Amino acid sequence: MAEINLAVKKLQEKFPASVLEVKTFRDEVNVTVQKGDIFEICKFLYSDPDLQYQMLTDLCGVDYFPTQPRFEVVYLLYSMKNNERLRLKAKVGDGEAILSVESIWKAADWLEREVYDLFGIHFVNHPDLRRILLWDGYEGHPLRKDFPVEGPDFDKPFVPEV
Amino acid sequence: MTINMGPQHPATHGVLRLVLELDGEVIVKVVPHIGHLHRGVEKLAESKTYHQVIPLTDRLDYTNAMGNNLGYVLAVEKLLGIDVPKRAQYLRVMMTELQRIAAHLIWLGTHALDIGAMTLLFYNFREREDILRIFEEVSGGRLTPTYMRIGGVSKDLPDGVEEEIKAFVEAFPGHMKEYETLLTKNVIWLKRTKGVGIISKEDAINWGMTGPSLRGSGVKYDVRKAFPYSGYEEFDFDIPIGSVGDVYDRYIVRLREMEWSNAIVEQALEKLPKGPILSDNPWVALPPKDNVLTDIDALIRQFKIASEGFHPPKGEVYVGVEASKGELGYYLVSDGSNRPLRMRIRPPSFLNLSALPKMVEGSLIADVISAIGSIDIVLGEIDR
Repeated sequence: MAEINLAVKKLQEKFPASVLEVKTFRDEVNVTVQKGDIFEICKFLYSDPDLQYQMLTDLCGVDYFPTQPRFEVVYLLYSMKNNERLRLKAKVGDGEAILSVESIWKAADWLEREVYDLFGIHFVNHPDLRRILLWDGYEGHPLRKDFPVEGPDFDKPFVPEV
Repeated sequence: MTINMGPQHPATHGVLRLVLELDGEVIVKVVPHIGHLHRGVEKLAESKTYHQVIPLTDRLDYTNAMGNNLGYVLAVEKLLGIDVPKRAQYLRVMMTELQRIAAHLIWLGTHALDIGAMTLLFYNFREREDILRIFEEVSGGRLTPTYMRIGGVSKDLPDGVEEEIKAFVEAFPGHMKEYETLLTKNVIWLKRTKGVGIISKEDAINWGMTGPSLRGSGVKYDVRKAFPYSGYEEFDFDIPIGSVGDVYDRYIVRLREMEWSNAIVEQALEKLPKGPILSDNPWVALPPKDNVLTDIDALIRQFKIASEGFHPPKGEVYVGVEASKGELGYYLVSDGSNRPLRMRIRPPSFLNLSALPKMVEGSLIADVISAIGSIDIVLGEIDR
C-alpha cells in the first residue's frame, strides 16, 4: 500500500474501535466503519480543519445478498480543500436502520430517500423519509437482489385509486 | 393556496411535478415529486454484460449521450485497469465537448422560451442540428449515438467530417454573438434573471450541487480540472465562475462554457494524433470487423466477447466526469463475474433539483420558472 491517507490516519486515531477495514483499490480509498458511529465520523470528517469533507458527492446502497449483513451504505465524500475523495462504507443488516447524515449535508436528504425507496434501509432522524422514485404504496424494494427483474404482473398498468 | 405544477407542464422540462404552497403570489413551500420517468436503469444493468450497458447510458440524460457514454466506459476501464489509445481519447474529448455545446444550446433555447424569448430557440436548434449531423455521420445515431466502446470508440471519423467540425468551430463564435445580442443586455431578460433564485456558495456545496449550477455561485470546481480524465490535462481551457449565484450568473457561466468547449474541440482537431481507435486488449475490445469476416480467431473472439463478455477483477471504482449538467458519476461494484454486481449512477440533475426549494422559497411564483430553467434539469437522468 502506498502512503497512508491523512483522513484514514486521523480516523484511526480518533475512532480506533470503529474503523474496521481500510482497502485501496485502483487508488481509491475505502474505509469500512461501524454502523453506529457513522454520524460522528461524518461530522468529524466534515468539520476537521485539515480535512473539510464539505461535499457529499454520493450516497448509495449495495446489496450483497446472500452475504450477511446483506447491505452496505456507501458514502462518497469530497474535500475541496485537499481535492481528495474518500469512500466510507457501513454494513447494515436486513431490517436494521442507520443514522441519517442529513443534518450535516443537505445533499443526503434525497439520496437517503432514494436508498430507502430502492433498498428499504431506514435512516433514523431523517426529517422526511418517504419514497422518492416510486409511488407511495408500492410494495417491495426493487434494487434488492431478491426482487425479480420481471414479475407475473409486469405488464399490467398501474392505476391509482382516485 | 396550493398549486400543482406539472407533471405535464412545458416549463418543467419533462415530467417534473411541483406542489407549490402560496401566500398570494409568494411561495411558502415547494415540494418536488419525481420518478415519473423511472425505468430502473440501475437494476437493468445488473442483468447485462458490461458492453450491453452502454446503450442504457445514452438514455439517462438524453441531451448529453456522449458524456454519459464516456463516464461509463471510463469506469469500466478503470475497473479493468486498461489503457486507451491516444486517438480514441482525443475523439472522446472532441465528441463530448460538441455534445456539451449541443446540450447547452437546448438549455439556452428552452430556458429563454420559458421566460418568453422565443426567437432564440430557432437559432439554437439550427446550430444543434449541425452537431447532430456530425454525430450521425460519425456514429450512425443522433440522439443516442452509443459511440464509445470499452477500450476506445466504435468508429473513426469518416472522410469529410473533420472539415465539417472545423467549419462548425469557425462559425460558432459568430453564432454566440447572435445569442448574446438577443439576451445578455436585454432589459426584460435582466429583470427576469438578476437576483432571482439565489443560492450561496456554502449552500450550493452543502446541497451537493455540481456543474454550471455550482460554478454560478462562485465555486471553482470542475471535474475536468480536479480529476482530469481522457487527456483533459493536455487541453488549455478555463473554468468560468459567477459571483452572486443567481439565474443570470448561471446563464453567463454556461455561455462562457460553450465558448471554452468550442476552443477545446478546436484544439482536439489540431492535435488529433494518428493511430488506433480501440484498445488491442484481446479480452476486452471487439476485433475489427474486417478481421472477423476473414480470420477464425477474430471470429471466435468476437463471439466470446459479444456473448459472454469479460470478467473484471473483484473490486469497486468510482469515476466522475463533467457532464453538461454537473458531475456525473458511475460507481461500479464487481464480484468477478461478467455482469456488474451494482451500477450506481450519480446523477447531477438529481442533486441540483433537490436544492430548488432552497432557491425559490420566499420568491414569486414566476421566478420558479426561471429557477428551474437555470439549473438545467433532465428528468431522464433524475429518475433513471
